[in-house]
Amino acid sequence: MPDPKAKIAFELNGEPVEVAFAPHKTLLEVLREDLALTGTKHGCELGECGTCTVLLDGAPVLSCLVLGLACEGRRVKTVEGLAQGSRLHPLQEAFAALGAAQCGYCTPAFLLTADALLTDNPSPSRDEIKQALSGNLCRCTGYIKIYEAVELAAARLRGERAEPTRESLYGSR
Amino acid sequence: MARAKKAADGPTALRVVGKALRKVDATAKVLGVTKFADDLSLPRMLYCKLLRSPHPHARIVRIDATRALALPGVKAVLTGKDLPIPFGILPVSQDEHALALDKARFVGDPVAGVAAVSEEVATAALDLIAVEYEPLRPIKDHLDAVEHPEPRIHDYGDHGNLHKLINLEFGDVEAGFAAADVVREDLLFFEGNTHLPMEQHAALADWSPDGKLTLWSSTQTPHYVHRALAKVLELAPARVRVIATTNGGAFGGKSDPFSHEIVVAKLAMLTGRPVKITLTREEVFYCHRGRHPTLMWVKTGVKQDGAITAMHFKSLLDGGGYGSYGVASTYYTGALQTVTHHVPRYKFQGARAFTNKPPCGPKRGHGTPQPRFALEVHFDKIAEQLGIDPADFRLKHLVPPHSLTANWLRVGSMGLAECIRKVVAGSGWNEKYRKLPYGRGVGLACSSYITGAGLPIYWNAMPHSGVQLKCDRGGGVTVFCGSTEIGQGSDSVLAIIVAEVLGLDPFDIAVVSADTDLTPVDLGSYSSRVTLMTGNAAIQAAERARDLIARHAAPKLEAPVERITFAGRRVFDAASPERGISFAEAVQLAEAAAGTVGTVGSYTPAAGAGKYRGAGVGPSPAYSYSACVALVDVDPATGIVQVPKIWIAHDVGRSINAAAVMGQIEGSIYMGLGEALMEEMAYRGNRNVVHKIPSLLEYKSPTTLEMCDVVTYVVEDPDPNGPFGAKECGQGPLLPVPPAVANAVYDAVGVRIDEVPITPEKVFKALRRKEKGEEPRFGPLGFPDLPWPEPIRVAPPWEGGDGRAVEGGKGREKAVEVTAGRRR
Repeated sequence: MPDPKAKIAFELNGEPVEVAFAPHKTLLEVLREDLALTGTKHGCELGECGTCTVLLDGAPVLSCLVLGLACEGRRVKTVEGLAQGSRLHPLQEAFAALGAAQCGYCTPAFLLTADALLTDNPSPSRDEIKQALSGNLCRCTGYIKIYEAVELAAARLRGERAEPTRESLYGSR
Repeated sequence: MARAKKAADGPTALRVVGKALRKVDATAKVLGVTKFADDLSLPRMLYCKLLRSPHPHARIVRIDATRALALPGVKAVLTGKDLPIPFGILPVSQDEHALALDKARFVGDPVAGVAAVSEEVATAALDLIAVEYEPLRPIKDHLDAVEHPEPRIHDYGDHGNLHKLINLEFGDVEAGFAAADVVREDLLFFEGNTHLPMEQHAALADWSPDGKLTLWSSTQTPHYVHRALAKVLELAPARVRVIATTNGGAFGGKSDPFSHEIVVAKLAMLTGRPVKITLTREEVFYCHRGRHPTLMWVKTGVKQDGAITAMHFKSLLDGGGYGSYGVASTYYTGALQTVTHHVPRYKFQGARAFTNKPPCGPKRGHGTPQPRFALEVHFDKIAEQLGIDPADFRLKHLVPPHSLTANWLRVGSMGLAECIRKVVAGSGWNEKYRKLPYGRGVGLACSSYITGAGLPIYWNAMPHSGVQLKCDRGGGVTVFCGSTEIGQGSDSVLAIIVAEVLGLDPFDIAVVSADTDLTPVDLGSYSSRVTLMTGNAAIQAAERARDLIARHAAPKLEAPVERITFAGRRVFDAASPERGISFAEAVQLAEAAAGTVGTVGSYTPAAGAGKYRGAGVGPSPAYSYSACVALVDVDPATGIVQVPKIWIAHDVGRSINAAAVMGQIEGSIYMGLGEALMEEMAYRGNRNVVHKIPSLLEYKSPTTLEMCDVVTYVVEDPDPNGPFGAKECGQGPLLPVPPAVANAVYDAVGVRIDEVPITPEKVFKALRRKEKGEEPRFGPLGFPDLPWPEPIRVAPPWEGGDGRAVEGGKGREKAVEVTAGRRR
């Protein structure tokens, strides 16, 4: 017998939603399967890789370890909620410009973790960025373009006119 | 013919190629709207789960799925007898079944497949399938396989549990050793590791009652999956469509046809409903096809000035339970030793063992990071023995550009000297080497990699890559190509190259890729072949379109066709650029005069120079080169090695997209660092041969906290075979990292770690040995005697050879490569 469905209401990407789902489901499953928001990815569903990171009340959480039922009345932000209308968020813009998204699979999680970091700390040092992103695995980039993209976006969010460096795009001379 | 701007013109002539460009799919990826395989779903879709063997080696006596079939929600159950036709990526090793037929060969080998209305029901059904196994003695590793020819894992192979034995000799190495001032032998071991793409493999199959099968899959090689599905399911290839969804990382791990792809296809045919499978992370470890654990012995003779007189290299690979790419992998462990430094006489003996573990195959660098590790550590020791600085040693006796090697590989452009100079200057090598305080050290290593394999996986005379181009009367251009986007930027390469030739912006170009119904064949995203091969095909298609359009625009512009130029979305007279029309108008003129504007292009690599059996592995249109310096900190109390910084220089021929080149190089350094320090496929050494760590938590890979700083130098030595001179950059820069780190550890604390990963335990043990006055080293101690076949002897080019075997290869000259082989 299938479980009777549970129904909750919460704020998703700034809008109120109601959703009914089998009560054993994780937030990851509710987002992907019951709300059709497949931008949130999964790499292990065991809380090991960070790929399913979303923001819960502004803080990064592993959506594979959060029960959907635990989100009643709370604020959830996914990658689908980052862009402002048809404009990319500065983090998305910087990730795209620098090639910080290669295969793109871990990208939503990195964007959200970085978004939470920059909300708390608009001028993070390289070490603070590394610490904040240390729970997210990426196998393509070696993380370097990701650091550079977070730094570029941070500068732009602070209102600075920042551009990628020549070394970043073409290498050292 | 309008040849206003030739592809081979200098960099100043290029408008798009070589710039740091946003990838054409970057916006979709940062928005999270790119559809990966598991993001797809279809109405009425069923979910598939696979039952996997709990035994490493067992005969399957009986399978009973009656109870599973009776479970409400279960729609179908498949076992081995439902899919009896074997398959495998190489024609010489068609040794896999979608579901084990008579034997399970590793823990995790698929035995049965279920389709049910939900994943939960499918999972529950697995427990209801009764399988009776008769356990057999497992073969746990390559040495066990050598000692135990029985029980045989497969009923084919060169000797007992040795799948493949290779013996190649290019000149008289003994004479070379006799002429040397110093002869050195070393033993090294490279542990196996895995790709670990963040996306687990997933596939979705749909069967139409009109007899057409569609499979969406996270695969790097849709063309080979297409062939395997047609073969195993006994369908006409024309009725099978394979669409490779954008891969969420691959690194070689998604380049075999897999059981799960065939099983969901068959289940869709049986049930008449779409069937999807998404592997768990644990199952991804069982798919594996990763780096072969490789034991190596190398002996080199050198003159006092560092000139090599001869080299003899032996490798023994732990292949796992199936063939996969293993025969090619084995040849690759002996192929590229000759392309960096001149080796006048060369002997290679390679062996691959079947063992009861997940099959090994191609991981980034395919079969070459292991020997390159061995060689570059060996060279470091030789340089020390000769009293030559390792950087100076490597600058001497480089293979000349545009020359043949002892094993008949044709080297084209060769920028290694420039790479070495860049990292030596950039790292401050001369101020650091043997001069840093105890515990800190630097190490240097070089490498080279192929830009695409010279021969296809299965023997055929057709192009390796095809492109179709459609020019719309609105000025839009669509490029169709079978290449697969795995994050490396292959879709962007197509758009950039077509935009360059037609004077457009890359974002004007629509790219349709990796769909066997819509796109011409490209063999797949492996062997660093895509930029060169699809790039050349795209140039040909775009130049044909340009020439056609120019011919019909010339009368309107009242200019000779030779002067018609394409730039800035305009078509104009080069002599008076203000005389021009829009690209769209020019297409309309061509369409009015000649009909629908469409062209094709294709690329086939030139034949290799070697004509001996085994010469098929190693030839490439172009070789990339890398040099690397690693800075390490070693804690003598714990053996912990940290790598704060790496300097890398890579000869890419010419960047097509500079930003993507940087990303590939940095990503390669990252993956090489993981292999150097921590990544390993470890198994419990008891009789069960159970994978020790099939999880992302336990399989250690570098996080942001372990990744080093990287200083990258892009060296551009254009190769005449590359599109605009381009060579590969996605695999080669990984190769020098493990040996550079090992050499740096020696510089830091004076112990040789002749085995990767260089874990604290190994460093600690070597330091204790040093304290006790024993050999300050951790590494393998011997190489077993193997039943080598008689060598195939081939005279090197400078000894008057013609690339054919002079003896030992009698009657074999026509079978020049592994993929042409016959089944036993």
